[in-house]
Amino acid sequence: MDSATISMRQMETVDSGRTISPTETPRAVLTCDDVSIYYGSFRAVNEVSMDIGLHEITALIGPSGCGKSTVLRSLNRMNDLIPGTKVTGTISYHGIDIYGKDVDPIEVRRRIGMVFQKPNPFPKSIYDNVAYGPRVTGMKVDSMDDLVEKALRGAALWGEVKDKLKQSAYGLSGGQQQRLCIARTIAVQPEIILMDEPCSALDPIATARIEDLMLELKEKYTIVIVTHNMQQAARVADRTAFFTAEAAEGNGDRTGHLVEFDLTTKIFSNPSDSRTEDYISGRFG
Amino acid sequence: MATTTAESASTAPLQAAAHGDRDSRSLVFLGLLWGSLAFGIFALGVLLVNTFIEGSGRLDLMLFVNYTSQLFPGKAGARAAILGSLMVIVVTALLAVPLGVAAASYLEEFASRENRFARFVELNVQNLAAVPAIIYGMLAAGLAVTVGLPRNTVLVGAIALALLILPVIIVSTREALRAVPREIRQGSLALGATPMQTLTRQTLPAAIPGIATGTILALSRAMGEAAPLLLLGGLVFVTYDPNGLLSGFTTMPIQIFDWAGRSQIAFRELAAAASMVLLVLVLAMNAVAIIIRNKFTTSR
Ligand SMILES: Nc1ncnc2c1ncn2[C@@H]1O[C@H](COP(=O)(O)OP(=O)(O)O)[C@@H](O)[C@H]1O
Ligand SMILES: [Mg+2]
Repeated sequence: MDSATISMRQMETVDSGRTISPTETPRAVLTCDDVSIYYGSFRAVNEVSMDIGLHEITALIGPSGCGKSTVLRSLNRMNDLIPGTKVTGTISYHGIDIYGKDVDPIEVRRRIGMVFQKPNPFPKSIYDNVAYGPRVTGMKVDSMDDLVEKALRGAALWGEVKDKLKQSAYGLSGGQQQRLCIARTIAVQPEIILMDEPCSALDPIATARIEDLMLELKEKYTIVIVTHNMQQAARVADRTAFFTAEAAEGNGDRTGHLVEFDLTTKIFSNPSDSRTEDYISGRFG
Repeated sequence: MATTTAESASTAPLQAAAHGDRDSRSLVFLGLLWGSLAFGIFALGVLLVNTFIEGSGRLDLMLFVNYTSQLFPGKAGARAAILGSLMVIVVTALLAVPLGVAAASYLEEFASRENRFARFVELNVQNLAAVPAIIYGMLAAGLAVTVGLPRNTVLVGAIALALLILPVIIVSTREALRAVPREIRQGSLALGATPMQTLTRQTLPAAIPGIATGTILALSRAMGEAAPLLLLGGLVFVTYDPNGLLSGFTTMPIQIFDWAGRSQIAFRELAAAASMVLLVLVLAMNAVAIIIRNKFTTSR
């Protein structure tokens, strides 16, 4: 069996992956239990409970300001970088509370990577962008060249950059830069990849490529994606969480919360909450 | 036809408003601005031309290879001062740059807003920047006496100048760090890099152009500074090359100050010639700073 047929077969499983529906309850790698997140005294998100399933794509959707990014950042402790944030409840990764006393946030981020809204390559060469993570985390690698190639192939970027690895990453197009950021993330071999609106700065063609890439990546990784684009959630996600924000009693602050979390097919065809239905049918948001 | 009329009708009030801004008051103000600029440039020009005319006769090789002399101003040179200036500046940079960059990195990247100690340091950096230069000379002299060092040495002079430019280096380094996009730090941390790795491998390298520019400008200021060093005493008549941290030394501003104060014409010519050399050195440093800044702003 030559490699062409293998990749053909992989494509098939990816394509047919949409028809093989995931199990009713996810095999959770990451579990949120009554998670509330505060910025200072402002409660941005209230009591979110959800399971992120292994080798699934979970989409977080909802109107802007409802706390999607806030929830996403809490999943790998990137919110530690914002002074004054506080997380209550538990977020456990393979049963370990990632906010536990003896947990090192650096270790959490090594296992749970993140891709940002705006492509943010480092001001370095393409090669050094990918090699940076393995270098700083002190990964034992036999050949950095092989690792870089593998990561770039994994991000479907190798063919486009293999002749200019030493050139600055800033010379790439926006879509290529975003795939470089994905390559950089998978180079440290995380288990989970968080993506915060990864396509919002990209054109439709670049967006389609990233969506295809996500479907490929889910074979090896677990993905959580925040998206503004409901079609995108419908196209790629196995499960979808719908958030909304409603004015809290007392003051005018809007606190986000999870309305409904279910299989994407269910959310988009037969949501159980009327607010979900209103949102996906475009009646608000 | 109809469209043309519509267009001119809609743009006419805009143009009127634009002209309305240029009333007589703003024209007077503009005139004053140009006037002050012209005055500044004129004064500088006169000074430069004057110095050049006075000193051009002594812009010769002797100026660079000979030591100063009480008796033969016609043959005296600024050798000890030029070497002294270069040596003191190098030592100043070695003292001030690591310290300043480290302090700025701490304040900008690690200390939180609520940190009392950081606020205290920050406040004092601002205070330091406002202290007159001569106070640093007293400080360094006091320090030398306390630890039992001779005052008029390269090391003590460099300490005085390093203290003088430390606030400038800290402030410009903080600005350079602040200009590095947050996304770069986030990208690094999200890969599992430590904050220290993020600083040394991403943030500081990205800030180097800004840090270099600020540092060179600060050093060129230190280069022209005489007041703090005069307080260290015994620096005016030096007829040997500085040869170590604890060697005696003199610098160009001090040498110029000494020569310019003497009555013989020959000494004043010498002072003018040495001023030209100092000016060229300082301008060259500033030019390097500007080149670095332009190179990195265009290549981004
Ligand atoms: N760094 C921050 N500091 C304070 N408040 C924030 C910060 N980031 C987000 N918020 C607030 O938290 C709420 C949720 O924001 P966010 O998670 O960015 O929403 P979304 O990603 O769904 O648009 C908003 O009310 C927003 O103003
Ligand atoms: Mg967001």
